[in-house]
Amino acid sequence: MVQYTESHFNASFAALSDVTRRGVLEQLARADASITELADKFDMTLTGMKKHVGVLEQAGLVTTEKVGRVRTCRLGRCRLEEEAMWIERYRQLWHARFDELDKVIEELKLKEKSDGRRKKR
Amino acid sequence: MDAGRRGEFEGNRTTVVKKSDREVVVTRTFDAPARLVFEAWSKAEHFTRWWVPKSLGMTLRSCEMDVRTGGKYRLSFGDGMDFFGRYLEVTPPSRIVWTNEEGGENGSVTTVTFEERGGKTLLVMSELYPSKEALDAAGTGAQDALHETFGQLDEFIGTLGQ
Repeated sequence: MVQYTESHFNASFAALSDVTRRGVLEQLARADASITELADKFDMTLTGMKKHVGVLEQAGLVTTEKVGRVRTCRLGRCRLEEEAMWIERYRQLWHARFDELDKVIEELKLKEKSDGRRKKR
Repeated sequence: MDAGRRGEFEGNRTTVVKKSDREVVVTRTFDAPARLVFEAWSKAEHFTRWWVPKSLGMTLRSCEMDVRTGGKYRLSFGDGMDFFGRYLEVTPPSRIVWTNEEGGENGSVTTVTFEERGGKTLLVMSELYPSKEALDAAGTGAQDALHETFGQLDEFIGTLGQ
């Protein structure tokens, strides 16, 4: 796997912790957009959106390019793939396991109930 | 878009945090006392039912586990794919620590703790690898198998805003 550092990870996950920023990523996954377009879409001030994009850019999740007066944002696809995917795959594995574990535990609870109060070990 | 504020990181969500470049920590809350979560984790008859979820597309051929400090375990999936190691510490119903030795010297040490709070149990699982490289390489095997069935990056991005 590609080299990455702990600070990259921390920046990525801080960036992903906000619902608007996740929305921006989702939007940029469909098409590139200017800061103005994103601000309109999310019903925010230009300054507010600039801040969000700044956080995403710092984390390497988004890249921006200024052409004339317009700053266009696009997804930093590689970084997302390398960093967030590792964690996401890991999370999906454990999420799937724990959902099954829930069912097992639910059965144990029912069994304990029907057995009455079991002797404690 | 407000769905994300509903408590996405609370309740029974599985959260994963990379503590350092060689340690990953997973947390999840279960609606049951710690003794039941511990039982589901430490008895082979229960363990095999959840450790290999259907979406993994793998079938467990055998599972031997002697969940005691110093005890051993071995999970066999056939075709020579085995996962095995030793329990370094077992303290019912609150803590299990084991080695993952199939990876040789790159193997991790896993610590799982069960902390009961008002009838619910907070499960915290930490996987500590000997090096950053070992953790990076750990994406193979089970995680990759599962990943296949979950689709690619585009679908992941689709879930980001939910």
